[in-house]
Amino acid sequence: MELQHFVAKIHADGPLGLDPAKVVDVFHQWVAAQSVPRVVLIDVAELLHVPDGPGVIAVGIEADFALDHTDGVWGVLYRRKNVLPGTNADRVADALETAAQTALRLQEAFPGALKFSRTDFELIVNDRGIAPNTPESYAAAVPEIESALRAVLGHGDFKLTRHDQEPRQRFGVTVKSAKPFELARLAAR
Amino acid sequence: MKASHVIWKERLRDQIPGPLGAEVDQFESEIVLRQQGKIDEKVFAETRLRRGAYGQRYDNGHRYDGTESRQLPFADKPTKGPGTMWDAPGMLRIKVPFGGLNPRQLEVMAELAEEYSDGIAHVTTRQDFQLHFIHIENGPSIMRRLAAVGITTREACGNAVRNVTACPLAGVCHDEAFDVTPYSHALAWFLMGHPDTMEFGRKFKPAFSGCAQHACGLAQMHDIGFVAAVREVDGRLQRGFKIVVGGGLGPVPRQARTLTEFAPVEEMLPLTQAVCRVFGKHGEKKNRNAARIKFLVDKWGIEKFREEVFTVRKELRPDPRWTDMLKDAEQAAEGPLHPPGELPAVNGDEKLRAWIKGNVRDQRQAGYVTAAVTLPLGDITADQLRALADAVAKYTRGTIRTTVEQNFLIRWVSKSDVAALFADLAAVQLAQPGASSVVDVTACPGTDTCKLGISSSRGLGGELRNRLVQKSYQLDEAIKALHIKVSGCFNSCGDHHVADIGFYGVSRTVNGYKVPHFQVLLGGQWENNAGSYGLPIIAIPSKRAPDAVDRITEYYVKHRTKEERFFAFVKRVGKGPIRDLLEPLNQNLPSHDVEPGLYSDWGDPRQYSIGDIGIGECAGEVVSRYQFEMTSAERLVFEAGLFLDAGNVQLAGETAYRAFLQSAKGLVQVQYDDVSNDPDEIIAEFKERFFDTQLFFDPFVGPKFANFLFAAHAGKGEQFTADTAHHRIAEAQLFIEAVHNCYNKLRSTPAPTAAKA
Repeated sequence: MELQHFVAKIHADGPLGLDPAKVVDVFHQWVAAQSVPRVVLIDVAELLHVPDGPGVIAVGIEADFALDHTDGVWGVLYRRKNVLPGTNADRVADALETAAQTALRLQEAFPGALKFSRTDFELIVNDRGIAPNTPESYAAAVPEIESALRAVLGHGDFKLTRHDQEPRQRFGVTVKSAKPFELARLAAR
Repeated sequence: MKASHVIWKERLRDQIPGPLGAEVDQFESEIVLRQQGKIDEKVFAETRLRRGAYGQRYDNGHRYDGTESRQLPFADKPTKGPGTMWDAPGMLRIKVPFGGLNPRQLEVMAELAEEYSDGIAHVTTRQDFQLHFIHIENGPSIMRRLAAVGITTREACGNAVRNVTACPLAGVCHDEAFDVTPYSHALAWFLMGHPDTMEFGRKFKPAFSGCAQHACGLAQMHDIGFVAAVREVDGRLQRGFKIVVGGGLGPVPRQARTLTEFAPVEEMLPLTQAVCRVFGKHGEKKNRNAARIKFLVDKWGIEKFREEVFTVRKELRPDPRWTDMLKDAEQAAEGPLHPPGELPAVNGDEKLRAWIKGNVRDQRQAGYVTAAVTLPLGDITADQLRALADAVAKYTRGTIRTTVEQNFLIRWVSKSDVAALFADLAAVQLAQPGASSVVDVTACPGTDTCKLGISSSRGLGGELRNRLVQKSYQLDEAIKALHIKVSGCFNSCGDHHVADIGFYGVSRTVNGYKVPHFQVLLGGQWENNAGSYGLPIIAIPSKRAPDAVDRITEYYVKHRTKEERFFAFVKRVGKGPIRDLLEPLNQNLPSHDVEPGLYSDWGDPRQYSIGDIGIGECAGEVVSRYQFEMTSAERLVFEAGLFLDAGNVQLAGETAYRAFLQSAKGLVQVQYDDVSNDPDEIIAEFKERFFDTQLFFDPFVGPKFANFLFAAHAGKGEQFTADTAHHRIAEAQLFIEAVHNCYNKLRSTPAPTAAKA
C-alpha cells in the first residue's frame, strides 16, 4: 500500500497563550519571504470564524501549514498536497519532521505563548482513494508507519491507535510517545 | 495531482451517468493537451470555466507583500489561460440546482473539502458550493466524485447558464402559488449543454420564486426570473409563471422587466429556450461589459424583445422534453419522515428559545417546521457537513437546501423533533441563532480569494457579525430585522444592492497611503423579490464601517415611527441626514504613524494595496486640487440620488452627468492645470490623455467606465426616466471609483516609509 498525502498535526501543549489571529501576520511574512524550502507559498487563509475549523493556514502549492483547531484541538498542522517520491517511511518522516519544523518556527515567533506537545501527534492519510478508513487499511499500513516512527523518534516506545473508527473519516493514527521527543531534533533530521 | 486519480476513475466508472462521465473524461484530456501546448490558452480558459474551474487571487504570479508587489516563484509551465499560472490554485464552483442536496452529497462535499481544499466548503449567494485552493489536475477526480452522487460543475462559470436558484421554502411555504422545485430542476437539466445556450456572450442566471412578495427567490434581479402563479381557466386551476427578463446586479443593476404575466407551465421550457436563442443570436459578443441580457433588453426595449421571443417560440421545433420533464411535477413533493408534532417546552433553555425564535418557521403543513442552519460567512467544515448529513437523514426523508443567504434550510422537521435537532446541531456548533437577521451578514469571497476584490468583504462581514452577535440580546427588534450584505467590489456578488445596509469595496488615498474603504448603500429592498436597489451615499474607511452601522442603526431606532421598516424610513427621512451622520467618519483621519491599522484591511495585516496595478508615472501632482474636484463629484452623485428619491428624475440624471464631468475634470487636471469647465473640452482632454493612452483602462473591464462617461456626454440633454436616471447615477459612481483607481495608479504604490507625498 503506497501512502501519500500525509497530514501531520502536533498538538498544542495546553491552551494557546496568544490570540490565534496573530499567526496571520507571521504566515504573511513566510509567504513574503518564501521561507519554506521546496514549497511555493501562495496565500494566507484566516478561517477562525469557523468553530473547530482549520484555523489559520499558510497555503502553498506543494503543502499547507496551519495553526489548526479541528476537533477542537489546537495544533500545528502540515498537509502534503502533491505526490512525494520515496517510500512510505520517507513520507512519514517528511510529515513529522516538517510539522516539527513548523512548530519550532511558530514557537520562536511567539516565545512563551505557544508550546507544542512532545508526546502527542496525529498522522492522517489525506486521500480516501488510496487509504479508506477501514480496519484493512489499518492492518496494512500500521507496520510500515510503526517502523518509520521508530526511525524518526529513535525508539519504539510509543502507542499507536486508529485516529477515528468512523468510516467516513480519513484513515489515520494517533501517536502517543512514552518518551518525550525534542522538536528541534526532529526538525533537524 | 493526487495519487488516487486513477483509482477514482476506475472505481467510479460505473457509477457516473454517461454524459457527465464523458464530460469529465473530455476535460481530463484537455488538461493533458494544454500541458502539451496543443490547446490554445484562451480556449482552455473557457473550457475550464465551463467546468466550474475558476481563477483565484494571485494566479497571475504577482502578490503584494505589504511593501511591494513580488513575483511568486511558480514553475515555468503552460498557463491555464491568459496570465494564469498553471500551478496556481483556483476555485471550483459546484452547481446545486434549487439548492437541493441529500446526505450522501453533503458527505462527498465534506470529503472533497478535506482532501483537495482547505477543509472548508463555502455556500455562495446563488446556492452553489465553492471549494478554494484547488489544483487544476485534481479537477477530474473531484468532478467524478461529484458526478457519482449526481452533482455537476458543468457551466458553473463561463458564458453559460449558471445555477438555477429557487426559493428554499418551495413546497412548504405559506404564500407560494405552488412548489417550484420540480420546475427549477427541469429547467436546470434542460438547459445544461443545450445548443441554444452555446452562443452566449455572457453568463445567464435563472431564478424561481413561489410568490411575488418575498425575497427568497430574488426573481427581479436575475437574467430570467420565474414567479409562480395560478389562474382559473374554464373552472380549473392552471399553473404557470410570470416570467421576467433582463434583471441583474453587477456594477449597474437592473430590475427585470415582464416578459409575460402568465405562461402556463408547459410553456416554461420552450419560452426559456426561445429567450436563450434570442439572447444567443442578438446579445453582444465583443464587448463583454455590455453582453448580459439586460443590455439587449435595454437596447431593444421590452416590447421588441418580447415580440422577438414569441416569434422565435413559434418557430421552435417541438421537443418532447418540454412536457416530459414536467409530467410528474404536480405530484412531486417532498414529505415528512416523522409524524407531525408540537414544539417542545423550552423550560428555561434560553439557547433553544433563541434558536427557535430566530431559525425555526412553521411550514404550511401543520405540525412541521423548517430549521435554518446559519453558517458564518457561508463556511462549513467537513465534520460539520457530516454531522449535518446525519441530522438530515435522522429527521427528514433526506433533503436539505442551501439558501441565497449562505445558509442551509432543513425542511419537514416534525415539531416534536425540534429539541433533538437543536441538540444535534449544537453538538457541532451549527445551532447559532439569528438566521436572516442583522447578525447573519452575507459576504462574497472578496480579497480573501477573488481576483477582483478591492476590500475585504469577508473581513468586514466577520467583524460586523462578531460585534452584532455580542450585543444581539440588547438590539432593538427593528435592528434585528435588518439585512447587511457586503461585496468586495462593485460587482455585487454579495448582493449589496438589495440589503438594508449594503457595502461594496473601494479604495481611497489618505495621507499618501491607499486605504481600504467601503461605499455605504441605502435604499435597497430584500423583500418583494429584491424589489429595489440601493445607491451609495458615502465611502468610508473599512475600519470605520462598523461605526457606520452603529450610527445608522441608532439613528433608525431613535427616529423611526412605530413599526416603520428600514426601507420606508430611509425613504421618509432621506439619505442626506444619514450621510451627515457618517461624514465625520471620513474626517481628520489619523496619520499612518498614529493608527497604522486604519491603513490595512480586516484580517490582513499587510499594508493595504489595490494589488498589482502598474508603477506610477506622475507622482507630485497637486493632490489637494484633485481631492477638491473629487469631493465635489462625490457630492454631486449623492445629490443626484436625493433628487431621484424625491421623484425629480430629470434633475437626478443631469446631476449625475455633472458628477461625471467633475470627476473627469479632476483627473484631467492632474496632467493639465488649465482645463476649463467646458464639457466638450473636458471630454476631449480626458479622451486624449487617459482613454487613447489606455491609462484609464481597468485591468479587468478595460474601457468600460470611460465608455460610461462618453455615453453620458453623448446623451447630454436627454429625457430621463426613473430607471435611466438610476443607471446614470450608478454609472457615475462607478466612474468616480475608476478615476480614483487611475489616480492611485498614477501616483504609484509607495512603500510605507516613502509614502508620504
